[in-house]
Amino acid sequence: MITRREMLQVSAATAALAAGAGGLSRAFAQQRLTQDDLTRFDAVGNVTLLHVTDIHGQLMPVYFREPSVNLGVGAAKGLPPHLTGTDFLTKFGIAPKSAAAYAMTDRDFTALAKSYGKIGGLDRLATVVKQVRAERDGKVLLLDGGDTWQGSLGANSSRGQDMVDCMALLKPDAMTGHWEFTYGEARVQELVKSLDFPFLALNIRDTEWNEPVFDAVKMFEKGGVKIAVLGQAFPYTPVANPRWMMSKWSFGIREEEVRAQVDKARAAGAQLVVLLSHNGFDVDRKLASRVAGIDVILTGHTHDALPEAVTVGKTLLIASGSHGKFVSRLDLDVQGGAVKSYRYKLIPLFADVIKPDAAMTAAVTKARAPYAKELSRVVGHADSLLYRRGNFNGTFDDLICAALLKERDAEIALSPGFRWGTSVLPGAPITVEDIHNATAITYPQVYRLAMTGERLKEILEDVADNLFNPDPYYQQGGDMVRCGGLGYSINVAKPIGQRISGMTHLKAGKPIDPRREYTVAGWASVNEGTQGPNIWDLVERHIASQKTVRVAPNSSVKISGI
Amino acid sequence: MRHLTRRAALALGAGSAAITLVGWNGGAFATPQAAADDIAKFTGGATPEKGKISIELPEIAENGNTVPLSFAVDAPMTGTDYVSDVLVVAEGNPNPGVATFHFTPLSGKAEAATRIRLATTQNIVVVAKTSGGKFYTGQKLVKVTIGGCGG
Repeated sequence: MITRREMLQVSAATAALAAGAGGLSRAFAQQRLTQDDLTRFDAVGNVTLLHVTDIHGQLMPVYFREPSVNLGVGAAKGLPPHLTGTDFLTKFGIAPKSAAAYAMTDRDFTALAKSYGKIGGLDRLATVVKQVRAERDGKVLLLDGGDTWQGSLGANSSRGQDMVDCMALLKPDAMTGHWEFTYGEARVQELVKSLDFPFLALNIRDTEWNEPVFDAVKMFEKGGVKIAVLGQAFPYTPVANPRWMMSKWSFGIREEEVRAQVDKARAAGAQLVVLLSHNGFDVDRKLASRVAGIDVILTGHTHDALPEAVTVGKTLLIASGSHGKFVSRLDLDVQGGAVKSYRYKLIPLFADVIKPDAAMTAAVTKARAPYAKELSRVVGHADSLLYRRGNFNGTFDDLICAALLKERDAEIALSPGFRWGTSVLPGAPITVEDIHNATAITYPQVYRLAMTGERLKEILEDVADNLFNPDPYYQQGGDMVRCGGLGYSINVAKPIGQRISGMTHLKAGKPIDPRREYTVAGWASVNEGTQGPNIWDLVERHIASQKTVRVAPNSSVKISGI
Repeated sequence: MRHLTRRAALALGAGSAAITLVGWNGGAFATPQAAADDIAKFTGGATPEKGKISIELPEIAENGNTVPLSFAVDAPMTGTDYVSDVLVVAEGNPNPGVATFHFTPLSGKAEAATRIRLATTQNIVVVAKTSGGKFYTGQKLVKVTIGGCGG
């Protein structure tokens, strides 16, 4: 397998690091791993697709720990992307402690982070994009899967403008979206009008007349091949995020519409059909099995980073990770309206290895300038790794829940299972930027209200079904809601209403009483008019009062049915 | 590139199908059995055959109070072979009967679009009756969720 060989080349180059990665300096990593290693690619065919997705407002390189728990259910059980840690390394033939292992798994994360450093940054991405465009002149499409304009202090403060300005330098050929819509319909339309490329979303219609809001498809000609790129926005934006922010737009998977658009594109002469999707990986895997004629699905939303393409029939599924850590390169040989061969590589953008592009560095610096002082302000220190990603809990969320309980004097805290949010290494300062990377949304108010035990169970069951419904079309792609002060057991294999048991009020050490009311603090309510302080201020106050933060591993969620 | 818009479709469709709406009685929640009883009444006890009906409904409702529904029955719609009536039932609503649509060969197509209110996660069942007295059925599960926490 080509991809595996490519990855092994990267691994081989760094084999010397395996012995004692934790003790080696970053300079050493830099000497052993080169830009050529990372971008080396034996070109094939007449078309190259470059794909980035779910950058979540991250202009700069980041630490981002991949999940240790990422369960698949139903037909997806045990299949990529539902592999983590050693299982992931074994499946893809990746050496433990290698650069690839650091980039794509949670294994030895803290030690490897100290050796290999941060990953990502739009200026490193720009270098690779320019290099590939120079090598494959006239054959390249750069496609952005969305969740680009949200996820940081700068993005939230400028309502997406910083990301739009910097991404413009990359000259993408098309994008789609999800969190973009939480800036509201008017702002989205305003930003979309300013783009030099189309914002594609075949699955958004206005609620009054059921008419398309955005273009569904854009036709390109690259390397002599007529290419149709179809855009699919996140189908459940008005369900997972506040509907009142995009109340005139209706979304949905709209499988029939996908089928119709694919057929129309083929009839119009498309020799290659690409779906630029924000459905989430499992939804796209099902879609590929039911809609004929899609050559490539560039997946997004679920933040999976896979070093190989997954095939469903004749369709290739690509998963390019998140937070700007990776860019995917997919070379295709398209002959007579069919893909004859392909080669794929998920390129990790090691920030200490890839030379930054000067023009992009300047643009990023300019975009961050208004907030530079605030971003770097130190609030406290981490004494243990702070991370978010994972199906059930993350230490950053445990910290947020502790802040909610204490600062709002609540018995139980609820924090949304977002998949975005960067990591903070043990010993590192916690800055305002770190806090906003975990909280920067347009509906940040912290509510405090009374909920019965019965209502709490309903919420847990509802969110669990959004994650573990065996039919991917009924999944929404976030992780499980995070709980503070509340323990529970979950059997992921059961149907809705039967997954959650053993709910415990941790402070009292008593079972949750269905009829008793509990004081609950939480944030990211989808209800209009929610009142309360902003979550980032509350978390800052809590960290400042603690000075040094140590979060113990969470043992209050018991998982079964896997 | 131009789609047949809803606005245009409504103009075309005016007068082509008559609709009988069934109210929301606010009573106890129905059961799939109550829905099955409604269907049995519609078919005169015959078991409808699966197929010929395509239903457009969201998998997860954005707003349970107004869920867009459209259906199309694959039928020639000639003077001797056409779909005459289509029943829509919502298995989990207090009153499962949503509407009955009436068609004639002059309708041209056995298609309609409307909005329905769904109290909870449930199956929506569509049953079509042909002029020859045959019955066809299709269904789709629509989830009504609390929302939030995605992403």
